[in-house]
Amino acid sequence: MTDSPQDDLIAIGALTDTVPQSPPTSRARDIWDQFRKHKGAMLGLGFLVFITLAVVIGPWLWTVDPQKLDIRNKDMRPIYTAIWDSSAKTSWAKPLGSDQLGRDNLAQMIAGGRVSLAVGWAAMLLSLFIGTSIGVLAGYFKRVDGLLMRTTDLFLALPILPLLLLAVTLFRQPLREFAGSPEGGMFILIVTIIAITSWMPTARIVRGDILAIKEREFVLAARSIGTTNGKIIRRHLLPNVLSPIMVSAALGLATAIITESALSFLGVGFPSDYPTWGKMLADAVVRMERFPERVMLPGIAISLTVLSVNYLGDGLRDALDPRTRGR
Amino acid sequence: MLTYAVRRLILSIPTLLFISFVIFMLLQLAPGDPMAQVPLTVPPEVKQKMREALGLGQPPLVQYWKWLVQVFWIEPQVLIDHIFGTAFSAGDLRVISWQTRSPVMDIIIQRIPQTLWVVGVAYVVAILIALPIGVYSAYRQYSVFDQAGTFVSMVGFSIPPFFTGPLLIVIFSVQLGWFPSIYDTTHVVNDWASFKIQLQQMIMPVMVLALQITAQLSRYMRASMLDNLRQDYVRTARAKGLSEAVVVNVHVLRNSMIPVVTVIALGIPAIFGGAIITENVFKVNGIGQLLLTALFANDLPMVMTLTFIFAVLIVLFNLVADILYGVLDPRIRYD
Repeated sequence: MTDSPQDDLIAIGALTDTVPQSPPTSRARDIWDQFRKHKGAMLGLGFLVFITLAVVIGPWLWTVDPQKLDIRNKDMRPIYTAIWDSSAKTSWAKPLGSDQLGRDNLAQMIAGGRVSLAVGWAAMLLSLFIGTSIGVLAGYFKRVDGLLMRTTDLFLALPILPLLLLAVTLFRQPLREFAGSPEGGMFILIVTIIAITSWMPTARIVRGDILAIKEREFVLAARSIGTTNGKIIRRHLLPNVLSPIMVSAALGLATAIITESALSFLGVGFPSDYPTWGKMLADAVVRMERFPERVMLPGIAISLTVLSVNYLGDGLRDALDPRTRGR
Repeated sequence: MLTYAVRRLILSIPTLLFISFVIFMLLQLAPGDPMAQVPLTVPPEVKQKMREALGLGQPPLVQYWKWLVQVFWIEPQVLIDHIFGTAFSAGDLRVISWQTRSPVMDIIIQRIPQTLWVVGVAYVVAILIALPIGVYSAYRQYSVFDQAGTFVSMVGFSIPPFFTGPLLIVIFSVQLGWFPSIYDTTHVVNDWASFKIQLQQMIMPVMVLALQITAQLSRYMRASMLDNLRQDYVRTARAKGLSEAVVVNVHVLRNSMIPVVTVIALGIPAIFGGAIITENVFKVNGIGQLLLTALFANDLPMVMTLTFIFAVLIVLFNLVADILYGVLDPRIRYD
């Protein structure tokens, strides 16, 4: 309905266009355009890509063994200390200095970042897998809904950090033997434990969305042409709940990285000769008066990574939400 | 409302029983041996007797039952005896710590004030800071203040306490020398001078904890205010000529507080858990630190009881949050 002849003319004018004035855009393109407007999210994505490349390619560029002891060159300061303190013990061979046993800080940062990011990604993926499966099952099959949601509530009532500490201290030894190496055992243990204690929010969100979507007409249409339950879930439901899953993936990555570092910091994480950011920070705290950079470097690395992942999640949430898109 | 509260209370009993059972079984599966510290020269028969003296001779289910009886039947009696001077619990065996051989509850009662002081003050400070920030940044959305506030809360959200803690210690204890880096729990407050010292040693742990809580709460407050500011009743209130202060501080604020209050209630148990790290950094010997030392010393009764207390707090405050939500918001009906 139009109000004035003027509007009528414009409306008719638009109708006479034979082709749309701008080419149609795909959904992915819309999301990407909206995502690009979020400066924080773009910076976050950039930093995350940078840090991931740094820890993946880093060992080839900086080929120093992070665990090699070099006691003659211990307690070196980072190279930039020379700018204000020319008497500081610095060397281009150790750009970020070395620790109390002469291990190279740059190599340790790279190796530690590898572990932290690997734990973060693995735990996040596992937790997403558990959360999504439980959410989909509970939302789609009414029979298991009550049982699964009560289980979720139970897990939400567990005290997470105490339980994490408990499990990691108590099961360290048997898993070490099971995996063959101390690092391998610890990796499996930490990833599993973080995943088991963090899947609940994803499950709840996914269940809520599935409950709403499965009543929609396209699901009914799919069922009426004989689509099986598995196919409905895979082809019609999962693509539609992808956006909340991606947002909780970003949050999950951030919490997993922080949790791993917290465990290492409390001294229950990876074995003592195996560098991670949390462990480097914990080792450096006792010497932070003389060597503040050893606290700052891993601390800043953890904080910046988590910050960028959080911003990424923020941007994803805005971009994937059709209500905010186009604003 | 009352029936709902009662139903939830009754439902929480099996939940807590299940959680305590899971924790107990987890501890049973654990390979740690409380006799690991005993010298090798002690003959195996003696070790076996020592083990039985610790209550380890019986099957796990019996041990679990005994723990339940001790926590739910004997400990309340001890509490009643303590308050009224009666003697119900005389001769009953309480949950005994393997480390110190004194009742677990006594140690926990000794440690709780330290934790409560630090955590409680941090929570109050955080709420007092977060709410005005959230309100103002929602009211002036996309202003410089809002952008800065969002950025700071994002940063506070992302920097873990085990980094902010040492950072504050380096700046304020080492470089400036304003505050002590270690929290002295034996310090007694009896006059202004000692109160000042108490304040000085509390500032840093409180700030570390408060930064995180503020970051989360102000985000919630902002989002909730934004939701309400767009509502029709706000336009009505403005249209009938109410001043802007009344519209924002009375109409909108009261409605926005509903979800925020429940978030505050839900956050309390998480803070107890999160305080483990802060307590460790500043050497506050509260219950978080107690849990850590008990874990490393294989003191299973202590670990069990403490973890259970954390679980009770979570279940309890979940319940409180749900009930508060119903009480504050007349639109919510549980029945």
